[in-house]
Amino acid sequence: MISRRQLLAAAAGATGLGVAARVAQTSGLIPPDHGGLYGLGETLTYGAQKLLTAHSLAREFPRGLISNPPFANEVAPFNDEFKHHQATGFADWKLSIDGMVAKPQAFSVADIKALPPTSHITELSCEEGWTYIAEWTGARLSQVLEAVGVLPQARYAVYFSIEKDWWDSIDMAEALHPQTLVAYGLNGGELPVGIGGPLRMRVPRQLGYKSVKYITRVTLTDDLKKFGKGLGSAAPEGGYSWYAGI
Amino acid sequence: MRLTHWVTTLCFFALLVSGLEIVISHPRFYWGEAGNSLSKPLFQIPIPASRATVPTGYKYTLPDQNGWSRSLHFQSAWLAVFAGLLYFLYGVFSGHFRRNLVPNDEDLWTSIVRHLRFEKPDGGSYNVVQRITYLLVIFGLFPLMIWTGLAMSPAFTSAFPFTASALGGRQTARTIHFFVTFALTLFLLVHVVMVWRAGFLKRVRAMIVSEEAQ
Repeated sequence: MISRRQLLAAAAGATGLGVAARVAQTSGLIPPDHGGLYGLGETLTYGAQKLLTAHSLAREFPRGLISNPPFANEVAPFNDEFKHHQATGFADWKLSIDGMVAKPQAFSVADIKALPPTSHITELSCEEGWTYIAEWTGARLSQVLEAVGVLPQARYAVYFSIEKDWWDSIDMAEALHPQTLVAYGLNGGELPVGIGGPLRMRVPRQLGYKSVKYITRVTLTDDLKKFGKGLGSAAPEGGYSWYAGI
Repeated sequence: MRLTHWVTTLCFFALLVSGLEIVISHPRFYWGEAGNSLSKPLFQIPIPASRATVPTGYKYTLPDQNGWSRSLHFQSAWLAVFAGLLYFLYGVFSGHFRRNLVPNDEDLWTSIVRHLRFEKPDGGSYNVVQRITYLLVIFGLFPLMIWTGLAMSPAFTSAFPFTASALGGRQTARTIHFFVTFALTLFLLVHVVMVWRAGFLKRVRAMIVSEEAQ
């Protein structure tokens, strides 16, 4: 027999969980890939780390710790469009910013380089287990977004590589984070093509796969369901976590 | 509270399988902050990898299963941490730690000799070797596992940088995480052998139903 007290406690517990879920939803603590078998783990990790890392900076290292040479992970063979850009020295490369912005704009590599540069010596951690430390130089994504005006309803930045089916997204807190860069330089030189040149998103508080190479477009949105299978990025479609702060 | 034992058991196997699967993508281990296929490893497990970029000496790669392995690994880790917290609170407030795990006045040397002679346990309370082992696992290996796991997280270490720097870097954390896996697996094997010797069915039943029911 279930006593009335147990029934009340169960009801209170269920209501409490319901309220907690709603609060988490409105405060943006639920990741887009919260469904499915591992949704609980994804949600706990994203929610907890979002609260813990609200004002944190990725660890930075002394120059002496820079990995020489950096490790360029393998990429699929370049498509013809990329090869054309490569042959012309990326002079016509465009990074277009659109979606929930006041004035959409396309930036050339030179336009991005004209913004105030930011450098940090941070570690790139691959989900496979390997890492390297490098000095990354670029424009803060926040400055690029400032130039086009972020609309208040924007919640996520979705970014795309010139290579097919390579795209990812981060929440606005990560997009406006001072270490999140549109990177064009590495260790004092140009960003090598193998590492992601001419332009690579650099998100140092998350695993390497969030730092998409060869970016051509950033779009701001309030709803990730509109992209791909609605899981936030290509990674969850391939079975990986959307949030990669681990 | 016996439930936390079995939840932990389940999590341990999920973590072990998914952890080994993740290791296959880069079966090289380093010491210090950074390490990759271009750096000198501390050691390398002589197995093929699930990634073509790893210099393993094998001409083929294994299928990549990291996606679900990682998700299972972290979800099991959360579950294990919750079970561990419950067990810890119970252990403190019920007096279980004080009564059953803090070494009693049994002579350590005598107990070690009895173990080495493979004498059958006389039942009753945990002996002193058992107590010390359990304490090391519960308050040493488990916390070290969680710590080295978190020290590999770029987000967690952005909030708590000392968790990685105190260990000497992210790759050191990964290597220790791997060593602790071995220590815990060794504990599990010895634990099961000991339970076997103490009467497997009786002990397992006691661990499922209740201590008093035997």
